[in-house]
Amino acid sequence: MTGERCDVLALEMDALECLMPMYMALDAVGRIISLGSTLQKILPKSVRQGAFFFDLFTVRRPGRVHSMAQLCPGKGQKVAVALSERGHASFRGAVVPLAGGGVLLNLSFGAGVLEAVRRYALTEADFAPTDLAMEMLYLVEVKSVLTEDLRQKNARLEGEKTQAKAEAQTDPLTGLYNRRALDQALDQFIATQTPFALMHLDLDFFKSVNDTLGHAAGDYVLREVAAALRREMRESDIVARVGGDEFVTVLPGLVAVAKLRAVAQRIIGQILRPMVYEGRPCTVSASIGMTVSNHYTSPKAAEMLADADMALYAAKRAGRGRARMFQSLIPKPA
Amino acid sequence: MHGLVNKAFQSFVRDTFGVAAWISIARHAELGFEGFESLTHYDPTLTGRVVDAMVVVLNRPRETLFEDMGNYLICHPNCQALRRLLRFGGAGFVDFLFSLDELPERARLALADLDLPQMVLTQMGDDHFVVRVQGALPGCAYVLVGLLRALADDYGTLAVIEHHGDGQGGEVVGVRVLEQGFAEGRHFDLATAGALS
Repeated sequence: MTGERCDVLALEMDALECLMPMYMALDAVGRIISLGSTLQKILPKSVRQGAFFFDLFTVRRPGRVHSMAQLCPGKGQKVAVALSERGHASFRGAVVPLAGGGVLLNLSFGAGVLEAVRRYALTEADFAPTDLAMEMLYLVEVKSVLTEDLRQKNARLEGEKTQAKAEAQTDPLTGLYNRRALDQALDQFIATQTPFALMHLDLDFFKSVNDTLGHAAGDYVLREVAAALRREMRESDIVARVGGDEFVTVLPGLVAVAKLRAVAQRIIGQILRPMVYEGRPCTVSASIGMTVSNHYTSPKAAEMLADADMALYAAKRAGRGRARMFQSLIPKPA
Repeated sequence: MHGLVNKAFQSFVRDTFGVAAWISIARHAELGFEGFESLTHYDPTLTGRVVDAMVVVLNRPRETLFEDMGNYLICHPNCQALRRLLRFGGAGFVDFLFSLDELPERARLALADLDLPQMVLTQMGDDHFVVRVQGALPGCAYVLVGLLRALADDYGTLAVIEHHGDGQGGEVVGVRVLEQGFAEGRHFDLATAGALS
């Protein structure tokens, strides 16, 4: 059939319009002689008919097309064109030759359909019945809805994860870190070879507060001790409650023994200050055992905790309300 | 059943009868959780249990609940995204009716695993249509009745829409279009996407 003319296909303008509301017919010199209704909506009124195609449009595909002869060299081909003015809307489609030297372009918006609908306030009637534009818009809309749904779900899960993580690391009574968080912190300091001190603190006479004033008073004392520890510790220090009345603190970067003793004394002093629960004094003191990581060739969390515990035991034996360094327990070589 | 369908029931109850009603239905249906996720698949029997629990807890007939839900899906501010998606089906109410056959396919374009009830439209006379509905949930055509009534309003069309019971090929819904352009419909603009739900 190539090259043959099919006269039965000669169409009325209305029929052409129905099939392709974005057609454009040019005469042999490139003047626009007829336009589909959708293109009429888009092009400025003043230039619709009689204007020269190449004054309004830039041909992007094929390349280097600037004249009618190049636009449609004897047979149909794919084209991509863009409006030179008016926000540079772009189209793609096909161009075929017409009798008498003119051409017929049938255009569509391609992937720019969403933007075009928005910009030119297009409706379903502006698209050919065969055009999948509506399906495209529909899919874009579904995609936006689902993406938004997933985004919200993600934010919710992220929040829940953060909260679960915080809860998994926190002692609910005092808000201090728990044993799990302490172990993680120790592992991290050891892995990054950060020098640090470890303090193991145990309350003296806590049992008698619990026994004589009740558990509520005991809980109150634990919260007060936690508050005292937070006051005395730096932001970077780890403060954890690891048992009933046992606390462990990790002080990164602080390994000077004299300074550590001073910190320990301040903590003990804070805890010795009178605490009053519902009008009744709760008297406790604290003993502290300490060790420092630079004492070990290759520090291990379990070993350091055991050594701090041993120093704590020595402090308790020496009378209450004292602090001991593990290192000072070891007899100096003669 | 697809999470979206289950979530539609949940949203309908929450937005219409309140959160407490939903929680009580979730307990009554022994869901073991309080909210459905849109993109999760659930055991098909769960949906049936939710519907049964709705009937008991809300003390309303199943058919009425389904019709109200169809109306909710079009009219409630929280469902504007769905209303928009449905209105993509056609420029007028009759156009929309003709798009019903395609609706499950259209839905599958977006969500390959979403199985909506199969709908077959037959034109009986100039303004008279019959839709046969086959879905997993008995009575689901009542949702379509509520939905079509609300959409007819949305398009500004005067139509009589009724459930005609079970027939061959599923539940039967009759539609008589009395007057298109009876009232001014609600505004619909293809391009307000993004201002959704």
